[in-house]
Parts: sequence; structure tokens; C-alpha cells
Amino acid sequence: MKKLFVYFKGYGRECVLGPLFKLLEASFELIIPLIVASIIDRGIASGDGGHVARMVLCMAALGLVGLLAAVTAQYFAAKAAISFSTRLRHALMAHIQTLSYTELDTLGTSTLITRMTSDVNQVQSGVNMCLRLLLRSPFVVFGAMVMAFTIDVRCALIFAAVIAVLCAIVFSIMLVTIPKYRAVQGQLDSVTAATRENLNGVRVLRAFCKEDAETEKFARRNQLLTRMQLAVGRISASMNPLTYVVINAAVIALIHSGAVRVQLGTLTQGEVIALYNYMSQILVELVKMANLIILLTKAWACGDRISAVLSVQSSQQDGGRTFEDAQRGSVAFEDVSLRYSGAGADALEHVTFSARPGETIGVIGGTGSGKSSLVSLIPRFYDATGGRVRVGGVDVRELKKDVLRDAVAIVPQKAVLFKGTIRSNLLWGNENATEQDLLDALTTAQALDVVEAKPGRLDEPVEQGGRNFSGGQRQRLTIARALVKKPDILILDDSASALDYATDASLRRAIRQMDSRLTTFIVSQRASSVRFADQIIVLDDGCVVGIGTHDALLADCPVYQEIYASQYGKEEAVSRG
Amino acid sequence: MAKHKIDKDEQRAVLARVMRYIRPHLPKLLLSLLLSLIVVALTLYVPILVGRAIDCIAGAGRVDFDALARVLTTIAVCVVLTAAAQWLQSDLNNRVTYATVRDIRRDAFARIQQLPLSYLDSHPTGDVVSRMIADVDTFADGLLMGFTQLFTGVMTIAGTLIFMLTLSPVITLAVVVITPVSLLVANFIAKSTHDMFVLQSKTRGEQTALIDEAILEQKLVQAFGREDETLEAFDEINERLRACSLRAVFFSSLTNPCTRFVNSLVYAAVALCGALSAISGTLTIGMLSSFLSYANQYTKPFNEISGVITELQNALACAGRIFALIDEPAQSPEPEKPEALDSVRGEVSLSDVCFSYTPERKLIEHFSLDVKPGQRVAIVGPTGCGKTTMINLLMRFYDVDAGAIRVDGHETRRVTRSDLRRNIGMVLQDTWLCAGTIRDNIAMGKPDATDEEIVAAAKAAHAHSFIRRLPGGYQTVITENGGGLSQGQKQLLCIARVMLCLPPMLILDEATSSIDTRTELKIQDAFATMMQGRTSFIVAHRLSTIKSADVILVMRDGRVVEQGTHEALLAQGGFYAQLHQAQYAN
Repeated sequence: MKKLFVYFKGYGRECVLGPLFKLLEASFELIIPLIVASIIDRGIASGDGGHVARMVLCMAALGLVGLLAAVTAQYFAAKAAISFSTRLRHALMAHIQTLSYTELDTLGTSTLITRMTSDVNQVQSGVNMCLRLLLRSPFVVFGAMVMAFTIDVRCALIFAAVIAVLCAIVFSIMLVTIPKYRAVQGQLDSVTAATRENLNGVRVLRAFCKEDAETEKFARRNQLLTRMQLAVGRISASMNPLTYVVINAAVIALIHSGAVRVQLGTLTQGEVIALYNYMSQILVELVKMANLIILLTKAWACGDRISAVLSVQSSQQDGGRTFEDAQRGSVAFEDVSLRYSGAGADALEHVTFSARPGETIGVIGGTGSGKSSLVSLIPRFYDATGGRVRVGGVDVRELKKDVLRDAVAIVPQKAVLFKGTIRSNLLWGNENATEQDLLDALTTAQALDVVEAKPGRLDEPVEQGGRNFSGGQRQRLTIARALVKKPDILILDDSASALDYATDASLRRAIRQMDSRLTTFIVSQRASSVRFADQIIVLDDGCVVGIGTHDALLADCPVYQEIYASQYGKEEAVSRG
Repeated sequence: MAKHKIDKDEQRAVLARVMRYIRPHLPKLLLSLLLSLIVVALTLYVPILVGRAIDCIAGAGRVDFDALARVLTTIAVCVVLTAAAQWLQSDLNNRVTYATVRDIRRDAFARIQQLPLSYLDSHPTGDVVSRMIADVDTFADGLLMGFTQLFTGVMTIAGTLIFMLTLSPVITLAVVVITPVSLLVANFIAKSTHDMFVLQSKTRGEQTALIDEAILEQKLVQAFGREDETLEAFDEINERLRACSLRAVFFSSLTNPCTRFVNSLVYAAVALCGALSAISGTLTIGMLSSFLSYANQYTKPFNEISGVITELQNALACAGRIFALIDEPAQSPEPEKPEALDSVRGEVSLSDVCFSYTPERKLIEHFSLDVKPGQRVAIVGPTGCGKTTMINLLMRFYDVDAGAIRVDGHETRRVTRSDLRRNIGMVLQDTWLCAGTIRDNIAMGKPDATDEEIVAAAKAAHAHSFIRRLPGGYQTVITENGGGLSQGQKQLLCIARVMLCLPPMLILDEATSSIDTRTELKIQDAFATMMQGRTSFIVAHRLSTIKSADVILVMRDGRVVEQGTHEALLAQGGFYAQLHQAQYAN
């Protein structure tokens, strides 16, 4: 959290003035009981109506000045807190943009989203409340005690004792209940999880006739939650009665010892009332302080989580080189290995191959064999942990990231569109693409009919995640988006899986007929998708077990034969091989 | 949740529903109200007692210690009683609140088990979950806690007025005249900041949507080099959020200082009137002191009440949303005298079946099919052609609109759903695993299965070898959706789950689409054994896997367009032939 204080920079004035004005207001409040004492001891005792009137006017004036001070304080506090959170959000977002895939994998997207939204909001309200109240409450509590000392030292000792006892009560109750409330929250999460799971798995659960068992499981968790809530509720319910008893015991002690001193003439009646009023102020502020501390510990924890994200540094350094023109579009792997951070084994081992500009490379293999890992090294999403990846003749680690990523277009497995329009999504590939560029890309991607079926055509709105398009439509649009980029290297990472065979085939045909220098990587589990590639890389458990054309592999690569046979049937594999 | 305005009639209906949940706890609630009366009366009485005590200490040599001791003892008794009553009251309130919350959640969950899938398919999970969790919480906080707060508040105000009137009608009048100002101010601020808050939450929602998208797809953002553009779009919203948040936060934070100011005016007025009355001898100093403490606490409930009322309305809106879920019509009831479905042979017949999700878009019309026991039916067609519709109907996730589906001659609507589903093993395209151990997941359909049975099922599904290699073996705990497991492994577990029960009929929905083809080959062997003698419906893209089917249903745009064997359909030269051609064309 402390690291985040830099985002207050430039708002130091607000951070100081806010609490300062707040203290000013509190000081005015502390004067009121003295004025009341003066009204009683001088005004009423001597029947001086003029003095009473003057004192009351004084009170009203203090109220007004207090109001002005408070408004000023609130303004500075709000300004400082909101400017702080605005900068913090910006800093987080900017920081996340710099992280590489490795860090994004480690942190996880849901974590990042929570940090950016609810955590920042919590910190904002924590900062705001802190600027407003953190100084005020202790100031009033101790101010009241100090004022009591100025009136009468012996009676003031009661104040000191009461403050100590109240603090002990309030904070020990908090100490006991805070972890319990956390446990309650955990149990509520488990009730939420039970509901969510039940809804997500409704088909399977009903297929297995688990309705009653599920209801029972839910009832158990629900009941446990209730029991935990009651247990912690019982403890925290004792806070008000206990403090009430303590404060009033103090009032009794105060009046009693006050009575003795009034009898002796060392204290006046008005002063006893003033002491009584100070006592009331203490209770109010102490409760506020307890609530504030709960809020602050939460905000502090959120702040820590945010600064943890900010302190994660990208593991990749940007290079400065550009491609060697003669080799644009070429890709070469030289003894490349990849081990993901935290993983126990290599995802890729000693992969070597080279693709010349304009070639089509098929990558085939089973689930988890390393196909996606292989292609994700080309745009340098990850850095190879062994060996070297060259694109355009240059080691990707020496290339400028912008140059590399402009030249490589990848269509990921999961077809994602962004909120906006079809057009705005396609323009991701290239801000300056013309209408004709977009239509060409759509045609090649077999997506023209998707667009033509929509009333808004290119300007048809796309909802978040593209959920108003079917899986196959999304896939074709994401392919088009990549094509708009006019890349040197196109990577289709199992991106035709939701397409039927006919569409898949036309897509591949259309891509082949494009620019002859376009190097294409087709990742697939289907032999039919890669069989016409110039080279097919066969992966098995992270290792290359065969590279060659379809016919060559069918002749001498057992893994490829098996894959082919599993899809085409044994007889055919034999007859065609 | 979002604040919804609902009209008076609805409010009344919702209140009546709430009352039904509270009725079992009525004695506790009444006792709690009684206790709160006691608490209010005693807390108001204490300042008067303190005033009397102060009157006992008029000045040097004029202190009445006997009277003082009596008053102080009374204060002590009152304070202890108040504290006890306070504690008991909050405990009672907690009991009523949490029990009601529990009952509502229980009922809502039980209703979800009864809801037709058409409801669940058309309502996002997040929406239903938020009704069950967030809305119920808001309802509990607002309605139950709010109600007692409101009651105590009103009682405090009434009590204070009565006590003040007995002390001095004139000063009371002064207080009553000034107080509404505080309410007006608070109200004015709340009204004028409402729009700012609406704008703030709208902007915040906009920003959250952008954050969701940008971070969820951060890899894509980087792959397309869109970092700067994303940040730019974010900053634009961020700046707007800053401006409107500042206004909302600042203006709403004025409520406290403003009402405090009005309170200090009330306090000053009381001091003025009180002091003047004291000078004229109609009020003792102790009474003045009591008045001043009243003036301090009198205005507090007003502020609370104005907050409570909006909270109550919000709570009612939330309650309305929960009851709407609970009152949602359940799926069609089970037959009164269900026909038993014992030792099923697996004969399935669809006769003249009509079905559509929405009346405007007709899907299946007058469709008939007879499947003999042990036959294999393949359902094929391009993406989105409605193949899952067949599963929905066979499993009775949805009921047919017309016609009938029969199993062994029993119409499926005349047997219980559980009887029907127990006889069908299903592996869906979207693998779903529940949070729990691997063992729990495999044993889902047969919780009392022995370890041997489970291992055997896992072996048959080719899942045993990877399970064995997991850190905890069969006891490894997985999260919902099987985090940590690959898609293929999850699928294997789903298959093992069915392998364990092995019912006489099977539905396989592209079950092997995300398992690599070599593993799939092995699984197909296991499937073949499993399907031996069992009626099976298979949904798949791969034509090679369905060539051996007895009947192929070719679907397109939600309709069954062709049916027959592979050879017959090829010979027919229709849509199936086209599909087939496409696969082998290149």
C-alpha cells in the first residue's frame, strides 16, 4: 500500500488541508460544552440574559464556521481521493498493457479485473474516509479528555480510565469478530458457489437425477452460514450495550465525584454539565473510529493487492531491430524448448524447422502435444527457454515488438470479438484499412455471408464477447480480422474447429489463393486441414516426431499414420497411402 | 442490486409474501419490538435522571447527597436493564433475519431444481445467482434491519417529544419548528445528488465493461498491438468517471455537515430558551441539561429514517425479484400414477413430434423415427443446426409440443423424469464437473459405488492412467469446471462417469471432439463395447465416426432434413452427400 502513496503526488495540498479543516471543525465542537457551562454558571446564576444571548449567538456562529470548515474539508478529501483512484486505475491499466503472457498467466485475468474495479473503489473510499475522519475522531476523543483536564484534574482521570476501557472493549470485539466475519463471507461464497455450480451443471445434474441431493447439499451449506452469522452476530451485538454501560457508569462516577467537589466549592454545576457533555461526545466518536478502522484495514488490504500487481515486471525486454528484407515472412526454429513458468516439464523440446516465405505449414498432434505453444513463440508471446526463434531472419528477442506483431497475425482458438461493430472489430487489424480491404478479408474468411445476413452490415453492433454471433460466425470474423492486417505470417490456431468441413475447405482454398508471399501456419487436429501443406509438423508430447509432406509422413511417421487412420478409417489410410 | 421502482400494488403483494416468511418468527419479532420500546423509554429516561442528579448539586454547600445517591442508583438500574434489553433485542433480530434469509434461499434453490430448462437457458446464471445472494442480502439488511431501525427511530422521536413536552412545551415548540429544516436539507441533497450517482454508476458500469473485455482478452490486445488504443479508450472513460465521481462524492458528503449545522442551531435554540426559562425560574438547571442532551440525540433518528426509507424501497424491489424467481412456474408436474420403466430394452420411438423453442420459429415438425433396441442413431449437420434439440427432447429437458416420444412403448411423459433419465447415459459437448474429488465426480450417478467399480469405469474410459498420476489420485480435489485438467481429461472423466452406471440408452454429444484423435481411437473402442446392445444417439462432426450408424439423421437449420443409412443417403445425393463430399474433396 505504501508504494501507492506516489499517486497522491501533486495533491499534497488537498491531503493536508482536508484533515486540517476537519480538525478546525472538531475544535469548534469541543468549545460548545464550555459555552454551555458559561451560560449556566454566569448567565443563569446571575440572571444575565444578555450574556446568555451573546453566548448562544457565539454557538450559532461556531456552528456556521464549523459548517464552512467541514464543507471545505469534504471538498479537499473528495478531490484527493478521487484524483488518487483515477491515477491508480490509469497506472494499473497502463501497467497491465506492458505485462507479457507469462505474467498474465501467473496473475490470472479475474484477479486483474477485481484489482482494477472493486479493489480500487475500496481504496478510494478508504482514502476519502481516512482524510475526513482518521484524525478527527481521535482528536475529539483526546480533545474531550484534555478539555476535561482543564476543568478538573480529578474528574478528568475518570475520562482517561473510560477511554482506556472503551478502547479495550471496542477493539477486542473487533479483533474477535473481524476474522469471524471473514469466515462468514467465505461461507457465503460457498453458498454462492453451490448455486452457480448447480446452474452451470443443470443438464448433467438432472441427467443424473441429483435434484434432491443438490437441494440437501445446499441446505447444509445454507444452514451452516446461518449458524455462523448468528454466532458472530451475538458477539458484535454486545458492543452497543457494553459501551453504553461503561459510559453511563462513568457518568455516575463523574456526577458523584463532581458532587463532592461542588460541595467543596472547587467545581461549579455548569462545569459538571460540561464534563457530562464531553463524555457523550467521546462515545459517538469512538464508535465512528471503530467503523473507520474496519474500513481502513479492508482498504489497506486492497491497496496491498494492487501494489502487488504494480510491482510485477514484464519478463520480456523489447529489442530494437527490424526484419532483414530478403527474409520477410520466413520463420526458423533452432533447437527451441519452452517451459512455462511454474511448470514441471517442457511444453516443447528441441524443436527445429524452417519455413520459407509463402509456405504453408501444418501443425498437427494430439491435445496437449504443444501445437499452440509452438505457434505462440512466433509472435513472441512467450520467450523460448532454450534455443532460438527467428522471424524474418532475426531472433525475435532482438526485434522491435511492434514490428514483429505487425507482421504476424494470429487467429486464436477461442474466437473473441469486442464490443463495438463488425467494422470496429475488423479495424483492429489495421486502423487505416479501406472498405475494400475489409470486404476482401471477409470474402477470404468466408464471412461475407455473415455480414450480409445482418441488417447493419459492416456496422452491425457486436455485443460484449460477440455473443450475438454464433461460434462459427465468430471464428470466421476473427479470421477476417487477422487478414485485414495483411500480415507476412498468418497463424490459424485451430481456428476452424467450429466450421463444418465444407466451409473449412473453402477457407483454406481462399487463403491459398491470396498473396503468394504469405506464410501460413495451420494448427489442427484434423488431418484434412493440413494435408495439402508444404510441410506438416507432427507433434507428440512436446517433441517433433515428423516433418514432411502428407505423403511422406503417411509413409514413415507412425503417429501421423495413426491420426490419419483415426479420422479416415483404416482401409482408406492404406488405400490412399 | 439496481434500484427498481415498483408500484404500490406490487409492493403490497411483496409485503404479504414477506409476512408469510416472517410468520413463524412472529413471537420473536413482537418480543423484539417490545424490547425496543423498553430500550427507547429507558434511554430517554436516563438524561432526565441525570438532570435530576445535577439539580442535587446546585452549588457549594448545597449538595443533597442522599437524593443524589437515590438518583444515581436508579440510573445504574436503568442502564443495566437497557443494556440487557438491547443485547436481547439484537439477538432476536438476528435470529429472525438470518432464519428468514435462510428460508428464502432454501425455497429459491428448491425452486431452481424444479424450473424448466427453458427458463434456465434464457436467464443468465449471473442473474439468478445475484437474486439468490445479493438480492436476498439487500432484502435482509433493508427490510428486516431497516424495519426495526425505523420502528426504534419513530419511537425515539415520539418518546423524546413526550418527555420534552412534560419538561417544557415552549422549548419543545422551538425544537419542533427547527428540526424539519434538517430533513429538508438532507432531502434536498439526496435529490440533487441522485442524478450524479446515476451518472457515476453508469460511467462505472461502462468502465467495468471495458476493463472486463480488455483484461479478459489482454493477450489478444497485445497480439494486435492495441495497447495504446486500449489505454486511450480507458483513459477517456476514466476521466469522465473522475469528473462525475468527484461531484457525486463531494455533494453527497455535504449531508452530514449540513444536518450537523442544523442540529447545532437546534442546540443553540434550546440553550437560549432553556437558559431564559431557567433565569425566570420555570426550569431547573438539571432540566436544561436534559433538554440539551435531547437536542443532541433528537435529530439523529430523523437522519436515519430518511436513509431507511430509500433502503426499504430498494429492499422491497429486491424481494420482488426473489419472489419472482420463487413464483416462476415449475416444469410440468410428474404424472400422478407414473408407469414404471424397469429393465428397459432401449426401444425408442418418436411419433409425429413437433417442437419449437419459440412459437415464431418452427423447428421440428411431424417428425417420426423408430429405433430398435441396440441401434445406433447418428445426428449430423453443420454448426448450429440444432442437434442439441434432439438431446433436449430425448432427455425431457424440454417437452414436445405435439406428438409423443416412447421408450419401450411407454410415453415419456407418463413416466417420471428421474426414471427416464436414469436409463439414459449422457456425455455433453460442454464438459461439466462439480467441485469435489475425482472420485465424487465419477460416482455422481452412483454415490455408493465401490473403489473397484470406480477404477474399472475410469480404466474403461482411459482416464485411469492420468488420474493415477494426479497428486492425490482419485482423491484429488478439483474445482468446478475441473481447473487444472485439460479439456481432454475433463471429457474422459465425463465418460467415466457414464461408464460407471452404463444405462441401456446413451446420448453422446460430440463427446470426443476435444480429445486428440489417437486417444479418441482408443475411446471409440471402449465406446463400441459400451454401446453393444445399447440404443445410442451420437452427435458428431466426424463423418467417419457415424458411418457405422444404423440410422443417420441429417439436420439443418433446426430441422431433420434427411434420414437413412450412410449408403442410402449418399445415393440420394442430398445434403448429406454434400457434407460428405466436402470432407473428402481435399
